[in-house]
Amino acid sequence: MSGFGNAFSSSIGKKFIMGATGIFLVLFLIVHCGINALIFLDDQGLTFNIGAHFMATNWIIRAGEVILMLGLLVHIFQALRLTLQNNKARPVKYAVNDGKANSKWYSRSMGLLGTLLLIFLVVHLKDFWVVSRFTGIPSVDANGHEDLYAVMRDKFQDPVRVAVYLLAMVSLCYHLLHGFASAFQTMGWNHSKYNGIIKSVGVWYSIIISIVFAAMPLAFHFGLIK
Amino acid sequence: MSTGNMNLTLKVWRQKNNKTTGALVDYKLADISPDMSFLEMFDVLNEQLINKGEEPVVFDHDCREGICGMCSMFINGRPHGPKDLVTTCQLHMRSFKDGDTIVVEPWRAAAFPVVKDLTVDRSAFDRVIAAGGFISVNTGNAQDANNLPIPKMQADAAFEAAACIGCGACVATCKNASAMLFVSAKISQLALLPQGQPERYRRVQSMVAQMDAEGFGNCTNTGACEAECPKGISLENIARMNRDFASAKFVSEETV
Repeated sequence: MSGFGNAFSSSIGKKFIMGATGIFLVLFLIVHCGINALIFLDDQGLTFNIGAHFMATNWIIRAGEVILMLGLLVHIFQALRLTLQNNKARPVKYAVNDGKANSKWYSRSMGLLGTLLLIFLVVHLKDFWVVSRFTGIPSVDANGHEDLYAVMRDKFQDPVRVAVYLLAMVSLCYHLLHGFASAFQTMGWNHSKYNGIIKSVGVWYSIIISIVFAAMPLAFHFGLIK
Repeated sequence: MSTGNMNLTLKVWRQKNNKTTGALVDYKLADISPDMSFLEMFDVLNEQLINKGEEPVVFDHDCREGICGMCSMFINGRPHGPKDLVTTCQLHMRSFKDGDTIVVEPWRAAAFPVVKDLTVDRSAFDRVIAAGGFISVNTGNAQDANNLPIPKMQADAAFEAAACIGCGACVATCKNASAMLFVSAKISQLALLPQGQPERYRRVQSMVAQMDAEGFGNCTNTGACEAECPKGISLENIARMNRDFASAKFVSEETV
């Protein structure tokens, strides 16, 4: 990459990578949330299983899955690198630091929220991704598709798992509340005519995505969908 | 000198030099006037210390009019104290209550080593400026001002960026000790005007590289810098710097 110099190793370059992967993950969540929301059709998961089958078998989606994993890993490792660097930039801490006077707690806690999400992700991938891609889904539905819907329904009978998922969605909501608008600012997309739209779309996006996701374990656990 | 009726407890960071570790030391002050500035209150403390034969507290100050950028002090967890858009020298004791305990610390950043007590070395900022925060013009007769038409909005935005006094409150309050607000203001004041264009993309690369070399942290867009800046420098400047940086690295053919 001669000529690009320190484009990606400089502080701003590293932030570009965080912002770009963040926006990529924001787009992924729309797809993930949209397809999963098919469970609310309450048709014993027939439509949802068609969607899941497509996602598991279409080669473009499978290739996208690899890119998604890479994007996620880059987002995580870059965050770790930046955090270590940022800690080094202030070796002696303040005895008194009134952070709440000038910024939102979740904007200062992206590392903590992200770590909670990473722990959740390990649980979540083990719950569903490993099952659907590797160990195999035990039953089939009326259409003959692998019944991922039944796997979800069974897993969410466990109240501990439901609690873990709900906590994770709270973390996700706050992570997105800062991350969405922050990515735009990092990419330099700050414009007085669009700032208001970016901000409100970010807030609505964060809340809607988190609530729809959180509704899934709750709906299964309390038998609102069968 | 003091004719007021405020009694205060100060917890002040005392540190001999950059080689030693410091500690917070308690001082009791009586009869402080609410009309004193924060720095005058420190003058009273120092007079008492000198009369007792103790070392006075070293702190930076110069104009005491809020325009030079010399005063610093992290007061009760906030740079320049509890008021918005105010430097420490323009902060008055009426902003505190009788009986208050006030914790005063120096700016804390690896790039701002403590010189003594509350004074830190901010020459990292000077080196960032020296890396490109200027325009090169040939000397000669000054041209007519109207030769360079500048839209009012543009001129105002440049002026607002130029209001930065380089005090370092942005670095001090940032959880990452990032200098992005300062550097972006210094880049923007020139990037917004025609005189700054010839060196625009060289400048942003050089100044960002120097900022990184000084060991400042990375921006996470918490917005604390903008909230605490005594001159109200806007986050828009950071976005502009990021845009210019992207243009410089991915569009401009000039490498630095």
